[in-house]
Amino acid sequence: MTEATAPKLTVPLAKPTPPAPAVGDQPKAEPLIVTQNLSLFYGPSQALKNVTFDIPERLVTAFIGPSGCGKSTLLRCYNRMNDLIDGVRIDGTVKIGGQEINAKDVDAIELRKRVGMVFQRSNPFPKSIYENIAYALRLHGIKSRSEVDSIVESSLRGAALWDEVKDRLHASALGFSGGQQQRLCIARAIAIRPEIILMDEPASALDPIATSKIEDLILDLKKQFTIVIVTHNMQQAARISDYTAFFYLGELIEYDTTSKIFTNPTKKQTEDYVTGRFG
Amino acid sequence: MATHFEQELDELKQKLLTMAGHAETAVQRAVKALVDRDEKLARRVKEDDTVLDRLEIEIDDLAINLLAKAPLATDLRFITVAMKISHDLERVGDEATTISRRALELNEEPQLKPYVDIPRMAQLGLEMLQEAMESFVQHTPEGARTIIPRDKEVDNLNRQLHRELASFMVETPNTITRCLHLMVISKSLERIADHATNIAEEVVYLWEGNDIRHDPQIKHPIRVLPKT
Repeated sequence: MTEATAPKLTVPLAKPTPPAPAVGDQPKAEPLIVTQNLSLFYGPSQALKNVTFDIPERLVTAFIGPSGCGKSTLLRCYNRMNDLIDGVRIDGTVKIGGQEINAKDVDAIELRKRVGMVFQRSNPFPKSIYENIAYALRLHGIKSRSEVDSIVESSLRGAALWDEVKDRLHASALGFSGGQQQRLCIARAIAIRPEIILMDEPASALDPIATSKIEDLILDLKKQFTIVIVTHNMQQAARISDYTAFFYLGELIEYDTTSKIFTNPTKKQTEDYVTGRFG
Repeated sequence: MATHFEQELDELKQKLLTMAGHAETAVQRAVKALVDRDEKLARRVKEDDTVLDRLEIEIDDLAINLLAKAPLATDLRFITVAMKISHDLERVGDEATTISRRALELNEEPQLKPYVDIPRMAQLGLEMLQEAMESFVQHTPEGARTIIPRDKEVDNLNRQLHRELASFMVETPNTITRCLHLMVISKSLERIADHATNIAEEVVYLWEGNDIRHDPQIKHPIRVLPKT
């Protein structure tokens, strides 16, 4: 394709009413996260534009789109991580399990217990494997030694890490591989039994074997948790997610089953992005 | 500038068009060899079939290499459809070879009857094949959809010819061998139209994303009778 015929995106930078996204088969599972007319501003610049869609319970929903499209910003809306950034203004509503999470009486710390998060770079505490999880539990008021022991084990098992670390529970987490550290962060997130786990490119710094373990783990975890994942790797989204949302310049362009998005998307912008024609 | 990936996709498309050209020529020559009782031409069709076999392997090889690059959306559909079309074209070539073999056998004996239905079936099948490939290149799934119901016409001609040859065999038993050869040829032509239909269905999937295989409504559209 020549430069002259390269697809041009005609989405203007800002407009009062963005066109409706292509919304295909809607999730049949009960929506857990209901986002309505959500707009987010970093000072004068608008990062999210009137986003409306439902995220189903106990399935994996992937957010894709080029850098700066707003996917990570949206992910951070779901556990109010954006509260920590100065000058952020949010319009619209986000309801999790029917509760408006931006209401004044909602405690962000309590919300983050329900909505855990795993980041791109694993961020274990500079403590032992055991303490990484026990610390989080004690912080949330679980003090009984036997209960802590039991949850540490079940979380490590849940994160497919137990067999690799059971003999070194008191060794520093920082001595483990990147993939193991990331699975430790997942174990730490699931230890406090959240409803939702947000993942912001959780495998982008890992090698293919570690990535495959994380992906396999995500497929196991969706039996118990609702997972929302931001990824730049479209094959990863195709492998692990049930639904995929494509964002561009702060707008939700298309939201549908993952199979539809990656085999026969409705919007040209989605087609151009997933075939690597832009982005 | 086309990307390397786009250049490879184009190479795949060009090979497929080359293959379609060879398949059409093979059918035309096989039928001509039968009608003109041209032994040399019949042998040539048999020999040239290796070109189609080689192209099928080359296309599969190229497609597998492209699939390893994890394409998505239209690219993904294009590559998988290319593999299916090449398989259908290779089978068209096999049918042309079958026709040539039977033509050679028929040349050993006097011609049974003037050939009318056989060239007609070949013409219909080739038109379907050419139009299916045109829809593939021109991105016109609507054109491909119109090809599919036409398969019925070729099926009917095949059935008609079978009935005719069956009565020939009953009436004149010394024509049985020749009739059986002609029955095989007729069946081969009917199969060529089936492959053209498959290609048309694949083209619809490629450009629309809709899988219309085994949809009776498309194969045999129901005519809506005007209200009385």
